[in-house]
Amino acid sequence: MRRRDEAGTAAKAVEARGLVKVYEGRRDRQVRALDGIDVSSNQGEYLVLLGPSGCGKTTLLRTIAGLERPTEGEVYIGGQLVNGLPPRIRRVAMVLQSYALYPHKTVHSNIEFPLKAENVPRHLRERKIRWAADLLGIPDLLGRRPRQLSGGERQRVALARALVREPAVFLLDEPLSGLDAKLRATTRDELKRFQRQIGTATIYVTHDQEEAMGLGDRVAVLDAGRLRQVGTPRDIYDEPADTFVATFVGSPPMNLVQRANRLVGFRPEHLLPAENVAYDSRVTMPLRIERIEYLSGDRHVYGTVTKIGTETRVIARLPATVITPLAPGETHEFAVPGDRLRFFDAEYGIRTAPVRIGG
Amino acid sequence: MSGTRARAGDRTRLTDREGFLAWAFLLPTIVYLTALVVAPFGLTVAFAFSRSTSDAPSYRFGGLRGFRAVFGDDVFWRSLLDTLTLTCVSVVLVVVLGTVLAHVLRADLRFRRTVRTLVLLPWTTPVALSAISWRWLLGPAGSPVERVLRGASLLHGGGSPLGRTGPAAVAVVAAHVWRLTPLAAVIVAAGLNAVPSGVWDAARLDGAGFWRRLFGVTVPLTLPVTAVAAVFTAAITFVDMAVVRVLTGGGPHDSTQVLPTLAYLRGVEGGDIGAGAAASLFLLPLFLAGVVVALRAVRRAEAIR
Ligand SMILES: Nc1ncnc2c1ncn2[C@@H]1O[C@H](COP(=O)(O)OP(=O)(O)OP(=O)(O)O)[C@@H](O)[C@H]1O
Ligand SMILES: [Mg+2]
Repeated sequence: MRRRDEAGTAAKAVEARGLVKVYEGRRDRQVRALDGIDVSSNQGEYLVLLGPSGCGKTTLLRTIAGLERPTEGEVYIGGQLVNGLPPRIRRVAMVLQSYALYPHKTVHSNIEFPLKAENVPRHLRERKIRWAADLLGIPDLLGRRPRQLSGGERQRVALARALVREPAVFLLDEPLSGLDAKLRATTRDELKRFQRQIGTATIYVTHDQEEAMGLGDRVAVLDAGRLRQVGTPRDIYDEPADTFVATFVGSPPMNLVQRANRLVGFRPEHLLPAENVAYDSRVTMPLRIERIEYLSGDRHVYGTVTKIGTETRVIARLPATVITPLAPGETHEFAVPGDRLRFFDAEYGIRTAPVRIGG
Repeated sequence: MSGTRARAGDRTRLTDREGFLAWAFLLPTIVYLTALVVAPFGLTVAFAFSRSTSDAPSYRFGGLRGFRAVFGDDVFWRSLLDTLTLTCVSVVLVVVLGTVLAHVLRADLRFRRTVRTLVLLPWTTPVALSAISWRWLLGPAGSPVERVLRGASLLHGGGSPLGRTGPAAVAVVAAHVWRLTPLAAVIVAAGLNAVPSGVWDAARLDGAGFWRRLFGVTVPLTLPVTAVAAVFTAAITFVDMAVVRVLTGGGPHDSTQVLPTLAYLRGVEGGDIGAGAAASLFLLPLFLAGVVVALRAVRRAEAIR
C-alpha cells in the first residue's frame, strides 16, 4: 500500500487499453471474448463489471490478473505495464468464479496459503486468518476440508483467502453468487465497509444488477466483449448510453416505443396515471391495461400504449402512494414527465438528442 | 399395484435381471483367471513342496526340501537383494520421470497427438523386443555405446559394458525405466486431468512460485495416482524376467540375477523343479505385503480429499 502512494495519485489502479482476447477453438473456430476494451479503475475505487452471461467479464478479469494472455492491448497496474508478468508480480488477489479451493487442505490452510507464499510470519498469519474467518462468519469451519462444505461456505472461504492479502487490487468474480439473499446482503455490506477501510481498488464482477448498483462507485456495462457504458450507478440508470444498457439495467426494464426513426424510452416507475403527473411538460398516452401484478407494495401494470408511436407493450410501476383505481380491460390516460424521456436511434440503438413530442 | 406396473413386470427380460447379467459378464474373466492364474499358482505351490525334477517329473512330496535348497544358495540371497534394489531404484526413477513426462503431455504443444503417441511407444513395444534393442545398443563388441565410450576413453580393456558388473546393473535399470516411464506418465497425467484446473490458477494468484506450487499443490493432489503408478511399476519390475534374461542373462557371474530369472535357472534349466518353484513363491508374500501397504496409503490419501 505504501508503494502505491509514492507512485502518485495520478496513476490508475488498473488500466486496460484496447484489450482483445480471442480464444482459438478447434478447426479455426474463434471466440472473440474481448473486443477492444478500454477501462480503468481509480485508486480506492469499487468498479463493478456488469453484463449478461458470456459477455466476457471473467475473461477481462483473468486477463487483468495475468491468467490469460491478451491477444492485443495492454494492461497497466499502478501505472506499470504488466503484460507478460505472472500474477505474483502483479500483486492481484482474485476470487475465481469456480472458488477453486485446494481440496487437500483444510479451510485454515487454504486461507493461509497465500500468506505463506508471501512469507508472512506465523503469528501474523494466525491473526489474519481469525480476522477473515470472523468477517465472513466461518470460524467454525476452519478445521474442515472443502468437500465437507456447502457451495456458499466454499465461496466464503475463497473470499477469505483473497481478503487476507494486501494486494494492489482485488479482483472478485461473482463472489456472492452462491449465497442466499439475506447472507448476500450482509456480506455485501461487510465487503463494502472493508474496502472503504483499507482503500484498495476493487474490480467486482456480477450479472446481478442490484448488486452492481448497490456496490459500485462506478459500473461498467459489458455486452459481447464490448464496453457499453461506464459511469456511476445513477448515470447508468438515468442516462443509459444505448438501448442495451437501458433494457439490461432496471427491473422491469425501460420501455421503448418506436416513433419514426427514434426509440422513445421511459422507465416503468415514470409512467403513471396522468392525474399523478404534474401538468406542465408532461407527455400523455393512452394505456390499454391487460394485466396487473401486485409486487411488494407496487402495482405493475402491463398494457399497450398508442398515440406516441407504434403500438407497443409496456409496463408501468405504480408505487403504493398512487391509489387510482385501475382494472384490466379498461383504457386509462397515462403520462411521463417530459424530462424523463430518453431518445435512441432506432437503427443503432445509441442515445440521441431529444425530439419534441406534442401533447 | 396398478395395471401398468403389473404389465411392465411381464415384459422383464433376461437382460433386465442384474444378478444374471453380473454372472454372465464375470464368467469369461473367471475362466480366464482360473486357467492362467489360479491353476499355475496352485501347481507352483504343489511343486514347491515336491522333490520333482525334470528327470523325474512325477509328483513326489518333499516337504520343505525345495525351500532348504534355495535358502542354502548364496546366489539366491544376492538375487533377492538385487531384485529389491532394482525395483526400488526403478520405481523412484520411473515415478519422477513419469511425473515430468505427464506434465509435458499436458502442455499445450504444437504436435500434441504425435508427441503423445511417440511417448507411449516404449510401453507398447514387446518387452523381449525392446530388451533386444538395448542389447544391440550396449551389447557385445562393436555396439554403438561401446564405440562411443571407447572413443571418449571411458572404457578400457576388453569386454562390453554388459560384461561388467556395475554397467550391467545400470543397463537393466535403464531398460526398465525406459519401458515403464510412459505407463507412469499416462497414469499421472490422468490424475492431473482429474484435478479441477482452477486450483492451479488459484495457486498462481496466491503468489506461489514454482516449487511451492509443485510441493504444496501438485504433489499432494496427485499422490494417490502417483502411488498407483509406483505399485504398477514395482509389480512389473518385480516379476519381469525378460529384460535380465535377454540383456545380461543374469551375468556377469550372476551379478544381475533377479528372483524370476533365478527361479527359471534353477527350476527349468537346472532341472530342480522343487527349488525353482520355491524361489518363485518366495516373491509372493513379500510382494503382496508391499501392494497392500501401498493401496492402504492410497485409500487414506483419497479419504482426506
Ligand atoms: N477457455 C475458453 N476457450 C474458448 N472460449 C472461451 C473460453 N473461456 C471463455 N470462452 C468464451 O468467451 C466468452 C466470454 O466468456 P466469459 O467466461 O468471460 O463470460 P462471463 O461474462 O464471465 O459469463 P458468466 O456470467 O456466465 O460467468 C464466452 O462466449 C465463452 O464461451
Ligand atoms: Mg464469468
